[in-house]
Amino acid sequence: MKGDTACTLLQPKEYKSGVKPVWCPGCGDFGVLGSITKALSGLRIQPENVAIVSGIGCSSRMPTYLNTYGFHGVHGRALALATGLKVARQDLTVIATGGDGDGFSIGGNHFLHTCRRNPDMTYIVMDNQVYGMTKGQASPTTDPNWVQGKLTPSGTGINPFQPLVIALASGANFIARTSSSDSNGTARVIMEAIRHPGFSMVQVLSPCVTFRPEQREWKHMLIPAPAAMEATSDPALAARRLLTDEGVYTGILYQGDRPAYQPKHEPSIDNIAELDEEFQI
Amino acid sequence: MSRKNLSIALTGSGGSGVMTTGSMLLEAAAKAGWYGYMGRSAGPQIRGGEAAALIRVASEPIESPDDSFDLVLAIEPGSMGRFVAELPLRPDSLIISDAEGGRRSSSLPETPAQVVDLPMKKLAKTVKGGRPNMIALGAVAKMIGLPEASIYPILEKTLKSKGAEALEASWACVQKGFAAGHDLPEFEALPIASESSPGEPGPERWSITGNEAAGLGAVRGGVRFVAAYPITPATEALEWLAGTLPKLGGVLVQAEDELSSINQIIGASFGGTPALTATSGPGLALMTESIGLAVCSEVPVVILDVMRCGPSTGIATKSEQSDLNIALNGLHGDAPHLVLSPNSVSDCVFTTQWAVHLAESMQTAAIVLSDQSLGQTRAIVDRPADLAFLAKRLVPEQLEENYLRYAVAVSGVSPMAIPGQKGGQHTADGLEHTEAGTPSSLPEDHLAQLDKRERKINGFDYGQHWADLEGVGDTAVITWGSTTGPVREALSRLKGQGVDIRLIAIRLLAPERPADMAAALKGIKRLLVVEQSHSKQFHRYLRAAYDLPAETRVFNRPGPLPFRPQEIIEQLADWGTKS
Repeated sequence: MKGDTACTLLQPKEYKSGVKPVWCPGCGDFGVLGSITKALSGLRIQPENVAIVSGIGCSSRMPTYLNTYGFHGVHGRALALATGLKVARQDLTVIATGGDGDGFSIGGNHFLHTCRRNPDMTYIVMDNQVYGMTKGQASPTTDPNWVQGKLTPSGTGINPFQPLVIALASGANFIARTSSSDSNGTARVIMEAIRHPGFSMVQVLSPCVTFRPEQREWKHMLIPAPAAMEATSDPALAARRLLTDEGVYTGILYQGDRPAYQPKHEPSIDNIAELDEEFQI
Repeated sequence: MSRKNLSIALTGSGGSGVMTTGSMLLEAAAKAGWYGYMGRSAGPQIRGGEAAALIRVASEPIESPDDSFDLVLAIEPGSMGRFVAELPLRPDSLIISDAEGGRRSSSLPETPAQVVDLPMKKLAKTVKGGRPNMIALGAVAKMIGLPEASIYPILEKTLKSKGAEALEASWACVQKGFAAGHDLPEFEALPIASESSPGEPGPERWSITGNEAAGLGAVRGGVRFVAAYPITPATEALEWLAGTLPKLGGVLVQAEDELSSINQIIGASFGGTPALTATSGPGLALMTESIGLAVCSEVPVVILDVMRCGPSTGIATKSEQSDLNIALNGLHGDAPHLVLSPNSVSDCVFTTQWAVHLAESMQTAAIVLSDQSLGQTRAIVDRPADLAFLAKRLVPEQLEENYLRYAVAVSGVSPMAIPGQKGGQHTADGLEHTEAGTPSSLPEDHLAQLDKRERKINGFDYGQHWADLEGVGDTAVITWGSTTGPVREALSRLKGQGVDIRLIAIRLLAPERPADMAAALKGIKRLLVVEQSHSKQFHRYLRAAYDLPAETRVFNRPGPLPFRPQEIIEQLADWGTKS
């Protein structure tokens, strides 16, 4: 359901469950929670027609805080679970949420193949370049010289994963970056992502104030992509931009029109007993 | 004594078409009114290598290999060597071999059987495009009493994509083989039991593999979503489902790995669609974390494990009952779930359908343990009965305020709202949770939910299907899964000699059924455990779960060699059961 104007307009706060988040004060994820509720309200999607699916990590706690259907599964498998749900229930609005470790490390294979498969759902990754729930280890998107990581005291020494470049190469058709500090801007991008027919990837740079306090500066560093960089449908151009923008531009950076993965569900036989025929001697 | 069955093996090297030939022979036997089956034995090669079609045809339904083979057709003599252990032969067994096909004297293995020549290659060369396997098909049809004309429609069906020339060449070869068969020893034709009286059709019979049967049971039970990753020997179940689900409005997704498969089916089931995945041991190992999620979040799923020799890649193409431990105990935490096992090709329909029904009724995970010897065997069976077991999930009809997804119900089964149901919003959670589904680390919530998840499974009424209990007497054989076939045949033979021994074939391995088992073991003084596992996994399970008679012994061995009825009879011999 891509929004239904006949449905009741609910205020963003009516999409919240009322359960108090476990997040630290100042965590960027509060902003993303607000953006999701604004987007759902803006699209007038009724809470019972939405499913938020997540894995494990701070940001994966998201479903519990929303008054929609939700699934809080195991580490790294949110996209797989969400794909099964969307393929079986194409009428639902399915949103996967999670962090950089959940999505790009333990769940990396599902990330590649979900971009490739292109089911009609939205993936919101709250990227803070750190494992917060396990108290401060380097993640796939961590800078190689970050020496505060408790498992990598000399830094990881390896280049960070570039999720949007990988998403593009894997076939994602909607690629965006936002900042959690820009709650309304993020909400607008999430609305577009939900409207997009196919897999939509939204990287939200969402600071971890506890283990990466320097990320508080992100709100000054991240800037909207120049007008000339508005969503392109040319993957080659998008690739060049994503490889050279140093991760600071926000907005919808690529949007293609590859058809979504939506297997049909119309039965061709009326009675299951018709299956007997192929076995009869 | 008139013969009631014949065991025939076809061996060949890569591309010689033994599996096609065997399938056609089985189909011809089925058309003639017989029962039977064909098992497959192959090496690890993707194409090529040596392969054997292991066929038994019979007047009555059969579920077991015989003690030995009556006839081996070594289409290439060199191909037989690697199957020697799987092809027990007697002095009166026959090997039909091709002296021109290779170095006969050195390449045929040492066996007690008689060897007879059939120049399959030479005869095939007289036909343009002719192939030795079709000569073999004609010859063996003649030897076992199948009418020549009965082969043509089967050729026509099998070769329809290959064009008229290929069909004519094959038919010419079959006829030449049939003619050559006049000079070969002839077996007494089997009586036909499938006719209730001569000329009258008997019960409806099917030709089906265990993998297809499991797929059929799944869709009959209501499964409409499957996600899976290819793996031997489960792939044929998936291939059948891929073709069948769309007809029923369902869908199969080929996943990127088994981690995805299991999570996709959890997602689909959360959406209200009964869902299944199929795999083998290595895939089951990858799935176990998420099976725990299905248990904790109370989302019904069915996992079909078609077992093969393990651990690791093991012998991927051959059968073993060695995933019992991981199926029973492989989940982390206290995770009560269901483990079931079919005990024949036909029972794959029943057990898989029952598993879907049970998983849906109890909102939990069910693992069905089939194996290669069931899954890849094509059997001629009586039509499997229609069952009343359907996916029937407890879904709230009316949602009141403060709906509690994980309400601590007396039965343990709480109504499960499905996305789209207004007022039923909740988060299904793998974190321990309150009745509402909110994450909780409180000891009382953990205990209440553990109790709930255990109670719903232990308190369920499974009826009589938990095991097949047959026979009378104070001695019993206890077994499970595919080894039940040979045990049944052994006990049937003993009964024919006036010796009564009971059979306990467990279909529901988890949860344990202590009261049912105590009743089943009542009056049993001696118990023989039969299982195809090197470390006696089944015996250890029985010892842990049940009180066994003091006089209990174990007959076990690893795969891939199947049990044969006579071996089981011998195990029972010194218990005064010799007639």
